[in-house]
Amino acid sequence: MSEAFVQCAGVTKRFGNTTAVDDVSLEVERGQTLALLGPSGCGKTTLLRLISGLERPDAGTISIGGVQVAGGGKNVAPEKRRVGMVFQDYALFPHLSVRDNIAFGMSGNGRKERVDGLLAGTGLAGLGSRMPQELSGGQQQRVALARSLAAGPSVMLLDEPFSNLDPELRHRLREAGRAILASLQMTAIFVSHDQEEALSLSGRLAIMMNGRIEQVGSPSEVYNHPATRTVASFLGDANFLPGECRDGRLQFELGSVAAKSDLTGAVDVMVRPERLKLDSKAGVPVEIVHADYFGHDQLATVRLPSGDAVKVRLQPGRHFEIGSRTSLSLAGDVVLFPA
Amino acid sequence: MALTFGALRRPHTFRAPPIVAVLAAGVGAAMLLPLVYLVIRASDNGAIVETLTRGSTVDTLIRTCLLAAAVTAAAIMISLPAAWLTARTDLPFRGVWSVLFSLPLVFPSYVGAFVLVAALGPRGIVQNWLEPLGVDRLPDIYGFWGAWLAITLFTFPYVLIPLRAAMRGLDQSMDDAARSLGASPLGAFVRVTLPQLRPALAAGGLLVALYTLSDFGAVSILRFDSLTRVIFIQYKSAFDRSEAASLALLLAGVALAAVWIESMTRGKARYHSQAVRRTPKVVRLGRWRWPALAFCVSLVMISLVLPASVLVYWLVRGLDAGQSVSFVGSAAVNSVQVSVLAAIAAIVFALPVAVLSVRHPGFLSRLTERASYTGFALPGISIALALVFFGANYAPWIYQTLPLLVFAYVVRFMPQALGASRSSLLQTNPKTEEAARGLGKGRVTVFTRITLPQLLPGLSTGGLLVFLTAIKELPATLLLSPIGFSTLATQIWASTNEAMFARAAAPAILLVLVAAIPTTIVVLREQRAR
Repeated sequence: MSEAFVQCAGVTKRFGNTTAVDDVSLEVERGQTLALLGPSGCGKTTLLRLISGLERPDAGTISIGGVQVAGGGKNVAPEKRRVGMVFQDYALFPHLSVRDNIAFGMSGNGRKERVDGLLAGTGLAGLGSRMPQELSGGQQQRVALARSLAAGPSVMLLDEPFSNLDPELRHRLREAGRAILASLQMTAIFVSHDQEEALSLSGRLAIMMNGRIEQVGSPSEVYNHPATRTVASFLGDANFLPGECRDGRLQFELGSVAAKSDLTGAVDVMVRPERLKLDSKAGVPVEIVHADYFGHDQLATVRLPSGDAVKVRLQPGRHFEIGSRTSLSLAGDVVLFPA
Repeated sequence: MALTFGALRRPHTFRAPPIVAVLAAGVGAAMLLPLVYLVIRASDNGAIVETLTRGSTVDTLIRTCLLAAAVTAAAIMISLPAAWLTARTDLPFRGVWSVLFSLPLVFPSYVGAFVLVAALGPRGIVQNWLEPLGVDRLPDIYGFWGAWLAITLFTFPYVLIPLRAAMRGLDQSMDDAARSLGASPLGAFVRVTLPQLRPALAAGGLLVALYTLSDFGAVSILRFDSLTRVIFIQYKSAFDRSEAASLALLLAGVALAAVWIESMTRGKARYHSQAVRRTPKVVRLGRWRWPALAFCVSLVMISLVLPASVLVYWLVRGLDAGQSVSFVGSAAVNSVQVSVLAAIAAIVFALPVAVLSVRHPGFLSRLTERASYTGFALPGISIALALVFFGANYAPWIYQTLPLLVFAYVVRFMPQALGASRSSLLQTNPKTEEAARGLGKGRVTVFTRITLPQLLPGLSTGGLLVFLTAIKELPATLLLSPIGFSTLATQIWASTNEAMFARAAAPAILLVLVAAIPTTIVVLREQRAR
């Protein structure tokens, strides 16, 4: 494992009585893309602003590329940190042309050629003399990206960079953005509240809630092995059922399976809807209460004999009448939490 | 999800850079200086209670307030139809009328008064025409009604301009909702539309009321004893100037009371436009077009064409009689010079206060902002007297110098520059500054290359407004000008006082022409902004 390129240790930031960022420690390796995912107001944007130097931490240290930039009496000004910021609303300079926006942070010779290269590389060729107001949202977003890259940052910080775009465009730009960052082997941290975006775009995922990092890991680790109940229910759909662990076995309403956990006694059993199946032949008898049809799949709500409701993901082709009866059985792993 | 960090973050982020805080606090303190000193000087007067409760003082106070009320009411009566016709109907040449209705502002009210006297007074145009017919007396134009007419005709645009903007911004769906709930067209206007116009009416009405309270030139020329005139006569004639100071404080109190009354009428309702807004329907005038046009033509005739014609008439008469006009040259240069200085100084003073109040809201910023707005209410004569006393007692080296005169203008007119820079700063995305810092630029570079260019349109509008009002200012100019320093305003004043109409015409025409340039630019910008 290579050494951490961006490192936060015990970082805390308060606004009045609110603790926006609470004792956060986080490491991002060189060339890695980390997504900070969390609900609105969880402190993820503040963490990004602390790393960029736009805010000053109340406690803890931050270093970039092995150099401490904040904490311990040190505070390197934002302009000296070589971080590229892409804002949610892009923050393009309205009085400067696209070309001048991109060239703003550049220094040295050959600026014109480098701007031309960036314009071409971000699909903006021919738009250099336009003013920002004359561009579409997607084009503005690419100018913002090009402008940050032009300054030669050592790390890119992106604050909800795709959230102001319509879904189809968002998807395309996300792919383009990933390709550009990957080709430059750029270290990047981006903030999102969109799960799908965070899961697909990042090499690593950090879940942030109430100012704290709840879990860091690869997207599949976090999805399949959530560290806490809150992470489990924030990321994707989750069912919780009561159960009991004894002698290495888990006993709960859907049956008895080997318990992959050291827990004993009462537990909460988390089952993802796609780890369940509906089948009239075997399992626990259930009643179909409700179904949401999404096109690529559907999510059915069924009621167990105990009265608990459980969500089940189904293939789009299947059809169940509301009120009809069938059977529910487990089709994959469960995750156990202390009750 | 209304609560994002955008909302939480602003008030706490980044304490104001010390230099901004210090500059802003300094400006705030300087702006308070005249009022504070006026209070100190007036309380020196052992007989201040006697002065203020004397019968003649009370009479003057009542007269002054009556004039302000009458002028405000008349300005609203003129503005309501004029604004409605240009904002909501299919009146022909609406754009042209819009500009023409704003232009009377280029006439200072003392020029208006001079025009009135030169046309209708003794030895005036009309009497000259009628003399051969044996008419040697016209109805007296001096006094209350003369002052009322002169001030109303040249200040009503202060109500008209915000009112027109408010009418354009009205949401048709509110009117529709009222109609669907069973209100008649008139009922909907009175119960739904008019209350929405109230903030604009109150704000414009306040401007007119403050203008009337502080007006010195028109009431003096028309010999109406309002507070300003009484103060000036006291100051010029009495040996003891404490009485003038007490009266100037009283006048400042009345003006502050007017501001307070306006803020009370605002009430609790918030008037903001929804994201989805239906533009108001255009009312078809049909046959009513002709009376509407007649109204517009007569308004422009009496507030613009007639005054201009009277000025030209007297200029031509003067030239015929061999009057030289070369003397206005240096006065014009002085006027422009001192007003440009005031505009620049006002912008420089306003910037730190605006930056502090928009970017770093808090206790200090509220305080400095309030302090900076006091000049908005303070009548020019009160500011001028305070500075005269202050200069004479504490700073003789600055008394009767250009810097003190410019400072008086700045105290009086900086609120206009502050308002303009505040609103353009509010429209500037602070993230553009953060983005620039992320791109490797320091605070100073970011301010000069990112913030300032975005502020320029707002700052230049503010500067134009200060220039326009400073060049028309009379009482402070009279009291604070360096000896031998004459401006267009003081020349008009001196000549009119001696009934030398022909001699007053040339500087008046020049002043109106110079003032017309910034007015037209500001009005056209306001038109284009939509």
